[in-house]
Amino acid sequence: MRLINRHPGIVLRAALIALPFVLLFIAYALGSQARLAENPSDKLMPAPGKIAETAVRLLTEPDRRSEKILFWYDTGASLLRLTLGVGISAALAVIFGLLIGLLPYVRATLAGFVAVVSMIPPLAVLPILFIVFGLGELSKVVLIIVGILPFLIRDLSGRVLEIPREMIVKAETLGASSLVIALRVALPQLLPRLIQAVRLSLGPAWLFLIAAEAIASEQGLGYRIFLVRRFLAMDVILTYVIWITFLAFMMDLLLRWVSRRFFPWTEATL
Amino acid sequence: MSFVTATNIFQSYGRRPILERVNVSVEEGEFISIVGASGCGKSTFLRLLLAQETPTKGEIRIGGEEPAREPGLDRGVVFQKYSVFPHMTVLENVVAGESFRRPWGRFAGAEKRAARDRAMETLTRCGLDHMADAYPAALSGGMQQRLAIGQALAAKPRILLLDEPFGALDPGTRLSMHAFLMDLRAETGMTVFMVTHDLEEGFKLGDRVLVFDKPRWDPTDPDIIGATITYDFDARNGGIPYQTIEEETHVLHPA
Ligand SMILES: Nc1ncnc2c1ncn2[C@@H]1O[C@H](COP(=O)(O)OP(=O)(O)O)[C@@H](O)[C@H]1O
Ligand SMILES: [Mg+2]
Repeated sequence: MRLINRHPGIVLRAALIALPFVLLFIAYALGSQARLAENPSDKLMPAPGKIAETAVRLLTEPDRRSEKILFWYDTGASLLRLTLGVGISAALAVIFGLLIGLLPYVRATLAGFVAVVSMIPPLAVLPILFIVFGLGELSKVVLIIVGILPFLIRDLSGRVLEIPREMIVKAETLGASSLVIALRVALPQLLPRLIQAVRLSLGPAWLFLIAAEAIASEQGLGYRIFLVRRFLAMDVILTYVIWITFLAFMMDLLLRWVSRRFFPWTEATL
Repeated sequence: MSFVTATNIFQSYGRRPILERVNVSVEEGEFISIVGASGCGKSTFLRLLLAQETPTKGEIRIGGEEPAREPGLDRGVVFQKYSVFPHMTVLENVVAGESFRRPWGRFAGAEKRAARDRAMETLTRCGLDHMADAYPAALSGGMQQRLAIGQALAAKPRILLLDEPFGALDPGTRLSMHAFLMDLRAETGMTVFMVTHDLEEGFKLGDRVLVFDKPRWDPTDPDIIGATITYDFDARNGGIPYQTIEEETHVLHPA
């Protein structure tokens, strides 16, 4: 039988999924062991047990000075920024995507502009954002928006243009105005696409968030990682990295669930 | 005066003529089949009737009114594909036939209930009442086209335009769709234009069969001549071709 036609069974499949994770863990554990055997005070690759200890301490013990558990405090601050940045971007992208996709006048005006703006490397304008919006929350949220909004608008306006002309014409023959076509034909078909686009832009959004937090902030996951870097606290950094990965993964999972739950009609396309 | 009149229609894309000198008058309640070779401009003519496009020259009037500039409530349409809304249930699709003309495209309260009841009747007539809450993706091709026709009729258009509506269906389904369409038409007395590539279907359903073809053949560049109506058959008498070649048609004479 050809390789392309061979499929693993359920048990083997689960084992294969776990395999790269297990291998990575073993490789790390061995590397850490080897280094610690040579130099017990090595900080670069702390033992897995040490990381677990640190994680428990970070998650449960309040900071001595501020009396807050910084881990949760950082998580809250970062998630708030991320949600605001992504949420505002998504809302604006839907509005502009509909306008550009449906109205030739707006398309003529904005499509080229958005295409050019989306080429600006967002991190290059970060200093400008700090100068204009200050070092507070606003500039971090704006960086996320600058970073992902042009992509979202281009993607969504393209999706609106992909709606078959026949469907729009059909709505016209039912007496629908431009507004009704936007709200009842284009928007509902755009929402599942929006979820896909947001899933794709979550990666860049995290990147911009952590970059902004690393450069100027008083709290946040990115801030903490870059702060403890000075003490070479690899156990803390790794705990935070694993946590960020977990958060990003859960968001992706959540969006996939939302897509399946609320847009059952997308399962089979016409 | 006739109900639908197309006078001296020319349509070109760029410098390429597709249709030329198309003249036709249709009485209210007539069923017009349009046949012709693939790519000769049948769909183009339907888009002109629909007012989705404006002809390069000439005009189309319905009920003597000014030529329309965009598709509207007076013209219903069913395409081969994409004629129903995939994000609405079967019932919602039919209700949309009445509600899309509203400012927000929706009904509320008692009006909504009444519209749903009427839509349910339409679905019963289309044999789709048992699928009211399904999404179109769950319907077979024939059911989707019945839904599309039911939705178009719910808007009560003055003419119904069908562009190869049964083109993607298997022969058996096609036959039951013919019966369905004939019943509906007997009930509503609607004026229908149907493009088909199936001559038999055209003669079976239509009162008249219009044949689109190039009236002349330019051996050096066949593309510089557009198509027109070369035959206008009377197709009544139970669908038996009653081949009266009407006057003023451009018959291809051998040189
Ligand atoms: N919007 C358009 N722009 C340019 N050419 C077109 C356009 N629409 C149709 N055509 C061309 O016009 C010709 C007739 O097309 P159509 O009316 O779809 O033929 P059919 O009789 O098969 O329905 C085809 O050759 C097609 O390529
Ligand atoms: Mg066609």
